[in-house]
Amino acid sequence: MTPNAPTGPSRLFRSASLRLALVYGVLFVLSAVVFMSFIWWATIGLLERQVEAAIYADQRALSERWMDGGLPALADTIQDRLEQNVDDDAIYLMVDPSGNRIAGNLRIWPREVTRTDTWYQLPIARADMRGTAEVHAFALPGGFRLLVGRDVRARAILKRLLTDTLLWAVLMVSVLGISGALVVRGLFRRMVRNVARTTAAISRGDLTQRVPLSGSGDEFDRVAETINQMLDRIVRLMDGVRQVSNSIAHDLRTPITRARARLEDAAEHARDTDEMRAAVERAVADLDGVTAVFEALLRIAEIEAGARRSAFTAVELPELLAGVAELYEVLAEEKDLRLELSVPAGLPPLQGDPQLIQQAVANLLDNAIKFSPPGGPVCIRAGTEPDGIVRVSVRDRGIGMQGSDLARASERFFRAESARNTPGSGLGLSLVQAVAQLHGGRLELHDGQPGLDAVLLLPAAPAAALAKPPALLRMEPPSSPDNTPERRGVLRAPT
Amino acid sequence: MRILLVEDDSTVRGFIAKGLREAGHVVEQADNGKDGLFLAVSENFDAVILDRMLPGGIDGLRILETLRGQNNSTPVLLLSALAQVDERVAGLKAGGDDYLTKPFAFSELLARIEVLGRRGRNETGPRTRLVAADLEMDLLSRAVKRAGQKIDLQPREFRLLEYLMRHAGQVVTRTMLLEGVWDYHFDPQTNVIDVHVSRLRQKIDKPFPTALIHTIRNAGYMLKAE
Repeated sequence: MTPNAPTGPSRLFRSASLRLALVYGVLFVLSAVVFMSFIWWATIGLLERQVEAAIYADQRALSERWMDGGLPALADTIQDRLEQNVDDDAIYLMVDPSGNRIAGNLRIWPREVTRTDTWYQLPIARADMRGTAEVHAFALPGGFRLLVGRDVRARAILKRLLTDTLLWAVLMVSVLGISGALVVRGLFRRMVRNVARTTAAISRGDLTQRVPLSGSGDEFDRVAETINQMLDRIVRLMDGVRQVSNSIAHDLRTPITRARARLEDAAEHARDTDEMRAAVERAVADLDGVTAVFEALLRIAEIEAGARRSAFTAVELPELLAGVAELYEVLAEEKDLRLELSVPAGLPPLQGDPQLIQQAVANLLDNAIKFSPPGGPVCIRAGTEPDGIVRVSVRDRGIGMQGSDLARASERFFRAESARNTPGSGLGLSLVQAVAQLHGGRLELHDGQPGLDAVLLLPAAPAAALAKPPALLRMEPPSSPDNTPERRGVLRAPT
Repeated sequence: MRILLVEDDSTVRGFIAKGLREAGHVVEQADNGKDGLFLAVSENFDAVILDRMLPGGIDGLRILETLRGQNNSTPVLLLSALAQVDERVAGLKAGGDDYLTKPFAFSELLARIEVLGRRGRNETGPRTRLVAADLEMDLLSRAVKRAGQKIDLQPREFRLLEYLMRHAGQVVTRTMLLEGVWDYHFDPQTNVIDVHVSRLRQKIDKPFPTALIHTIRNAGYMLKAE
């Protein structure tokens, strides 16, 4: 509970666990009431309908007697029936038009009974026992009237018994419902409390806490598992950040220290201006190195943040690869390397940031040229994989990497032991990987036996995405005025 | 050139102003946005160097937008610690002609501002022929001749030479070449541009008694007749 949560009833109704418990209790009691109503209807109702059916059957039989033998026959029949009635629950009365009794076991015609289309419940007294009778009146020809009924005392007793039982049952159901609701509420609160306690511990900084699992694999467990996976990911990211800040501290401190030492040494010991100038220039070069590392880090961070997705457009991969290859070809030739470019026709189009893909391929090529022995080939191959993935592989025949290094090569600042003495920041492959991830692809490094085979896998653009490429904002290089007619037209009115 | 420098950091401002004066330019300085805007709209300059983040409530982009709003087309170079691509794009969209990220090498700043200032002055429409000393380039037939002798160039070598010739007599840095000739906006961390220039030299300078392409130490290259 937060400290300033509202108190009183409004707070109670805001409790999700209480609401859940209430819903549970109400549903439970409602279903119990429906269930008991059915029992009531099935027993008492059935008895009532049986009595009514018996009375109707009596009446039909008596009517037939009247048809056959007239009044005396009917009177005899009634007398017979009363004598044969073992349960002693039958009630008959036949009266003449003036209301005098002709046959039956009732003394007089009850005053309440005036209609012949309805049932009457009458209190009766018989042998000092009070009871209830259910009766129906029938009209006979010639103004005679017939009353047929049943003493339903036994049914009334059963009814009272059943009512008592059902009332007790309602009481027990309510108790069960309330305790069930409390149990549900408790379960719910325990689950939520587990999550709340864990997340509270995390937000206090204890990242080792996890939500306990019940082991049943139910929905609560799945929620807990998801939360735990999320926490694991956060821990991994935090470790990554920590590792990167350690690396930054090391990789930036070293050149800064070097520059500082050079400057301090020059200030103390330089004998002439030339020595001083040389020291200062070397320090500036060191600081330029620091700046380059900074820029690379910031660029990777910018790419990883996904901010550049807004610059996505259709990418002409063959043209792009040819451009990068052309830029690096002279460098390869300087080192006596053969740069081979093979791009098959009909590559599916890509959707992405051309400048970033350029830079990624340039980084791979730069690495390949840097680590190749003289005379070896460096191959750039484009191709398609199943599932619409475009593959760009840059392969050299150089020193390659050990298996364990391959997995770590794209970590920031990672440099294989064998590459310690070549210039570089250890950020090149991190950038390539960030670019791949931005485009929904990945970077794979394979042992080229010998050499390294770096594979950039990028998903081809879905057809819909290519229909309307967003306008790409191009940066203007400080080139000659003739190259920028449209900008000149807008901004540079002739003076 | 008469250059307006708007920069709040006194060390950086002093350093830039000193360097520009040594290169033969006249520098007016402002250390806040208000003074900078006042100077920019009230006087004529050949180029403006504008820091983006300035004290005084008016930042560099506001000054730039106000200038462009008044149809003032003085070339503006934005100087900023905001290096993200989006920031660069915002600066160029606001009407900036070039964008340089801090920290920077002074030679880079000088080369870029001189190109900008020159661009503002001698505009004579599209040219079809470039000439530097005895080197001639026909932009229509894409033919290059030196001392009447035809020189065969690869398409990229042609574009590299064209860029150098358009900026003949000016220092062009490696970054400017990478952006202007290759349209690449990242630092390749290798001497790849140097290799391309040395290839070009093999064809343009080697067979002839005098060199036209000169290396400028700590800065870049310059094409000029000695």
